Amino acid sequence: MSTTLTRPRPTAAQPARRGRGSLLDALPTIASVAILLLMFVYGEAAYGKIFQYNTISNLFINSSYLIILAVGMTFVILTGGIDLSVGSVIAVSSLTGVFMANAGLPVVIVIPVTILVGSLFGLMSGVLVQYFNVQPFIATLAMMFLARGIASIMATTPVRLDDDSSFRSLSEPIKLIDGPKTNDLVVTPSVIIMILVVVAAVLVLKRTRFGRTVYAIGGAENSAGLMGLPVARTKLWVYLISGTLAGLAAVVYTSRTGIAQNVTGVGWELDAIAAVVIGGTMLTGGYGFVLGSVVGALVIGMMTLLITRDGTVPPEATTIITGGILLVFVLLQRVVLLRKKKKA
Amino acid sequence: MAGKEPVVEMTGITVEFPGVRALDSVGLRLWPGEVHTIMGENGAGKSTLIKALTGVYKVDAGEITVAGESTRFTGPGDAQRSGISTVYQEVNLCENLSIGENVMLGNETRGAFGIRWAKTHDRARLVLQELGLGHLDPRAPLSSLSLAVQQLVAIARSIVSNTRVLILDEPTSSLDANEVEVLFGVMRTLRDKGVAILFVSHFLDQVYAISDRLTVLRNGQFVGEYLTHEINRSELIAQMIGKDLSSLKGMEHARELDQNAPREEFARLDGVGAKGIIEPTTLTLNKGEVLGFAGLLGSGRTELARLITGADRADTGTISIGGKPVRLRTPDAAIAQRIAFTSENRRDEGIIGDLSVRENLVLAVQAKRGWLRRVSRKEADALVETYIKRLNVRPADPDRPIKNLSGGNQQKVVLGRWLATEPELLVLDEPTRGIDVGAKSEISEVILELAGKGLSVVFISSELEEVVRLSDRIAVLRDHRLIAELVNGPDVDVESIVKTIAEEEAA
Repeated sequence: MSTTLTRPRPTAAQPARRGRGSLLDALPTIASVAILLLMFVYGEAAYGKIFQYNTISNLFINSSYLIILAVGMTFVILTGGIDLSVGSVIAVSSLTGVFMANAGLPVVIVIPVTILVGSLFGLMSGVLVQYFNVQPFIATLAMMFLARGIASIMATTPVRLDDDSSFRSLSEPIKLIDGPKTNDLVVTPSVIIMILVVVAAVLVLKRTRFGRTVYAIGGAENSAGLMGLPVARTKLWVYLISGTLAGLAAVVYTSRTGIAQNVTGVGWELDAIAAVVIGGTMLTGGYGFVLGSVVGALVIGMMTLLITRDGTVPPEATTIITGGILLVFVLLQRVVLLRKKKKA
Repeated sequence: MAGKEPVVEMTGITVEFPGVRALDSVGLRLWPGEVHTIMGENGAGKSTLIKALTGVYKVDAGEITVAGESTRFTGPGDAQRSGISTVYQEVNLCENLSIGENVMLGNETRGAFGIRWAKTHDRARLVLQELGLGHLDPRAPLSSLSLAVQQLVAIARSIVSNTRVLILDEPTSSLDANEVEVLFGVMRTLRDKGVAILFVSHFLDQVYAISDRLTVLRNGQFVGEYLTHEINRSELIAQMIGKDLSSLKGMEHARELDQNAPREEFARLDGVGAKGIIEPTTLTLNKGEVLGFAGLLGSGRTELARLITGADRADTGTISIGGKPVRLRTPDAAIAQRIAFTSENRRDEGIIGDLSVRENLVLAVQAKRGWLRRVSRKEADALVETYIKRLNVRPADPDRPIKNLSGGNQQKVVLGRWLATEPELLVLDEPTRGIDVGAKSEISEVILELAGKGLSVVFISSELEEVVRLSDRIAVLRDHRLIAELVNGPDVDVESIVKTIAEEEAA
């Protein structure tokens, strides 16, 4: 029998190109690790006292809420979505937490409820995106305004957490290594929570069907559906996770500062997105790693640290520098994407 | 095969889309250990039937039984759990993931700590080996593979789960001959293991090579179910296009022309083609001649027309007009060469529904002239009056929105729009589809009259008798390829064209 299709085609017998593609996938993340290391080295050389216990401890303590936010954002962005609501959700969550704690409710109730407030907003975003077919940008923008409005109704002035509130215990420092003077390696329960969140997120994304479905949706949502993967359920969960982690970030932040305000978290969603993108996750979805987002958040934290140390850089310049770094990484992603297309 | 119960039985399946009944009471039976092909032209409802089975589309009426139990799947995932897997024409895999993961997605080997990747990839390698793809590294990214190999990976994916029914929706359209052989080998293996295979393909040779049973659909309706060895190619084509062969005989040619008279060339295609769309084609278009394109829907006739008219870009070959090579990168460039094209898709690519007949008519003239030189109302009125009269557009009301006209009259306006640009080549893709007999014959007359005045006309129609009646020469296409050029004459009729299409390619 002769078939009717005889036009020349590349043959099936292509040699497999092991690993090359995945190296290219990881390139933006590798670049962000390199930048972070560079910042450390530069900081040590220019200002000193960077490679020491207390600086590193503070970097993690100060970045823990942003890392938690960025982890949630990574899930959303991996599916090709976005969550603009997390900053405002933190305001509502943290006000809820402080009011409840000051009313004398036990911390075992206060903390779960604070987190669940975040989950609720995440769930609403997810339902809007999945079942009402609203663009993620618009759905979470609506949630952002809604949450910010609710926060302003709850309080327009800063609300202080009572000094004796057990809520604060989450930020009690635990000395791991007792260095000379104040140079100790310190963690807080918040940092431990952050680490647990990161580990759990890495495992979920790498080793569960849910996690792989997140990547599949980001790669080709339509295909994922036709492959029989639970697309609707997964997308709902992704926003739920992002909202829940925003609630958790509110707990971590509030326990450290002891203050809740209606303007808490303004622009943090953008910091989280920046951390994710700097960490090498493609905004179009499908490629990226949680650990990259952690590095991205640390890059942002480190930058603040260096600017503070320098003292001559005006604080306004922080956003300019963040913007500059972000731009470099987005361009790097474009280059990677173009290289990939060329290969295909 | 006799005596067995069908593993899938669909009866009276009706699927409605807004304004269209895509399937009208269609039935399908699949037996284990059989390859069953659904045949039909594009738009006959083949893909819709598959999507109705797997739950992608909602079934408005009818009954689906799987292994004797009445079932309605809620989606492809649900169907997969019942052992019904589908491989689609477009590769539906995720390029951002590895080959192995694409094979195993949703069926990964899991342990206490989640997915065990080493075992998962080992399993993927075994499955790929079954399909003769053992040389692929499951850990390599899918994007490193050609589309054809990706398609085979998609098939590997479908046999991972315990598949009872494998649906292959035009899986061969991106495969070359060797890859098709590999695929057929796999299909035979699976069939012999008792899997029921539902196969959709346009390629008659492939259908006859692999299938045991055929179901023919036409315009969303069930035409018949046949055993492959019981029906020959010509009968099958007749069933697909809905014409009784004997009734197709004896059609008279409308034009009595001296076929030997020398013709002046208007345009010449030299190896013009586009990858995956139409193979390189060499063809001459003569002045004063109607050149018909005959072939089944999906044979490449529209695609070829679109290359000639700049609607799509050719990536090989040259088009020359009057001996000089020209580049037709856009319809605009084609219009400048006095080439006019009416699309088969009148609603989306022909009329602009909310504009009036007048506005629709002057569009092309205005476009040709450029937007700075407006066609004045007086000129427009003159044009409109001419063409409404000449083409007998009814109602003869230039201010009426064109969407309120009948299909035939819309077509006349579109034709008038292009005639107003005074073209030298007129390419008409299905100008008579879906219009009434009266309008049809009026349009036919206009075509013949234009050719008589020296215009070069390309006429495309699914109705072969129309092609035979109007054309001086007929280009026969099959499987995205020009397979024959026939000079119309007493020995050319619908039957001989059908035979040409059906003929097995000489090896």
